[in-house]
Amino acid sequence: MIKTQNNKAWFLVLPVLVVVAFSAVLPLMTVVNYAMNDTFGNNQFFWVGLEWFEEMVTSSRLHDALGRQILFSAIILAIEVPLGIYIALNMPKSGFWASFCLVLMSLPLLIPFNVVGTIWQIFGRVDIGLLGHTLAGLGIDYNYTNDPFDAWMTVIVMDVWHWTSLVALLAYAGLQSIPQAYYQAAKIDQASRWAVFRYIELPKMQGVLLIAILLRFMDSFMIYTEPFVVTGGGPGNSTTFLSIDLVKMAIGQFDLGPAAAFSLMYFLVILLVSWVFFTVMTNLDRQEGK
Amino acid sequence: MAQITLKNLAHSYYPNPTKDQDFALKEMDHVWQDGGAYALLGSSGCGKTTLLNIISGLLRPSQGRVLFGNRDVTDAATSERNIAQVFQFPVVYDTMTVRDNLAFPLRNRGMDPKYIAERVQAIAQMIGMEDRLSRKAQGLTADAKQKISLGRGMVREDVNAILFDEPLTVIDPHMKWELRTQLKKLHRDFGHTMIYVTHDQTEALTFADKVVVMYDGRVVQMGTPEELFETPQHTFVGYFIGSPGMNLLDAQIDGSRAHVYGQSVALGATYAPLSGRTQIGIRPEHAKLTAGDGLPVSIRRVEDVGRHRLIRAEVMGQPFSIVAPEGKEIGADLTHVAFVPQKINVYADDWRVQGGAL
Repeated sequence: MIKTQNNKAWFLVLPVLVVVAFSAVLPLMTVVNYAMNDTFGNNQFFWVGLEWFEEMVTSSRLHDALGRQILFSAIILAIEVPLGIYIALNMPKSGFWASFCLVLMSLPLLIPFNVVGTIWQIFGRVDIGLLGHTLAGLGIDYNYTNDPFDAWMTVIVMDVWHWTSLVALLAYAGLQSIPQAYYQAAKIDQASRWAVFRYIELPKMQGVLLIAILLRFMDSFMIYTEPFVVTGGGPGNSTTFLSIDLVKMAIGQFDLGPAAAFSLMYFLVILLVSWVFFTVMTNLDRQEGK
Repeated sequence: MAQITLKNLAHSYYPNPTKDQDFALKEMDHVWQDGGAYALLGSSGCGKTTLLNIISGLLRPSQGRVLFGNRDVTDAATSERNIAQVFQFPVVYDTMTVRDNLAFPLRNRGMDPKYIAERVQAIAQMIGMEDRLSRKAQGLTADAKQKISLGRGMVREDVNAILFDEPLTVIDPHMKWELRTQLKKLHRDFGHTMIYVTHDQTEALTFADKVVVMYDGRVVQMGTPEELFETPQHTFVGYFIGSPGMNLLDAQIDGSRAHVYGQSVALGATYAPLSGRTQIGIRPEHAKLTAGDGLPVSIRRVEDVGRHRLIRAEVMGQPFSIVAPEGKEIGADLTHVAFVPQKINVYADDWRVQGGAL
């Protein structure tokens, strides 16, 4: 067969290139542009090189927000992953109640982020919220608007409520794929419940759990809407996570240069962590396929 | 170690079985001798695995009792029954090393570490994996994994019985033979009761002292390989055992003669009047081509299978196989087939009828 070479075919790729350019490349380049310039309005820009990056890297405000962010992600991962697995292990395997549980578990995932925030904002209010009022009635001094610890608790419980389902559903899918023979063999071998979990269920769930951890890490590291609606980053700066801080800087204070430098570094951190996860996961796949 | 007794045992996967067809396992009464090597033979879906899982306690029978020795274990959990079972597809604990996999059943029972190490070494030698003991089980080939499963099944010395559920399905043919020999040796050395499920008759006949043939949820015959060959109790056994299976011809039985499409055939015994569908069964090995004696036959095909020749023919329009010795010419004059009268079995509605003396 004679192969015809027609370079005009490249034009077929053009629409995609245009869409990607306008949706991703150009906005990102604008951010890069802001990060390298200073402006005093009137569309006048002054080249500052890497100054904004230096300022941001050494900024204690950013360090604090990063510290809070890492702490938040670590806490919710430490709660949601074991809790999700625990729920998945105890969900019915088939029948009406299995479907019922699946629907019930999916519900929080279907609620828009700002609605989740609003729900918990009202739920936690001491004057009219069911949770806040009940806690106050029990004599517990709970007020997320002026106590940093209470604010943290509220934001964490909210995230756990919203997202544990995701981990549970993924873990459940992993569990369902384990052939019955493994459990039977474990019974024959007189394995304890813990051994069944440790040597059968956990290894078989490994793949989906890594995906769950990756998704939860990325989402929690970028979290904005829910804590913003509930606490607005307060009291003080106690629940100001990276995204909230970024928005304050960029839109609140109109410090476009530092904010742009900040967001580029933010993006790179998430990219780096995701890449690490990806590498680990593909390595695991390769080991299994060997 | 114990004798296994199944009393009025039946099982259905439906909650309220009413009809006979609802039962995956029809009512049965059987005794499995202590120390016997049994093969459970039958086609797919005949209830072999169900029966095995009932013995090991993974499944509770809908009715009847299971006894180990004199102890009723019907309601005992698998772990209390002290049974080893090897499944059709390899089950290994991926994150453990081969050594830990083999030691797992012993460790769970709190055995002495020194004993465990010795035992693991012995089993590793038996399955030929001594050099890979420290390797992770993950990433091994399917047959290596299955060897580990087999090893885990054999590692305990005090088991009541070892059950094998088509364990060699994923193993290479030459390795199959070797492992089967090892199992046989293990049986001779330790005298465990072994039940080996398979749908491969060669496997069953070479492994077992007694072969149990199952058909449609029933045990149709329990006997030595020779009994299964010479006196199949059910037409299914005749068809399933032997290669090719037994020839069956519809016939009217009249005393010591059978009438096949108007032709008379002498039988080796005499029979009382029978009702239902009556057939005579003749092994291809017991039929012989003749120049005029017996039933007319038309030869369709001759297959040379090495040690003998297989003649595919038709008797009165029904397929009929004959095994002929090597080297003898099959000429155009061989137009009939004759049978050894003593080797003819008579069946009424698929079950063998015992004849009286002539």
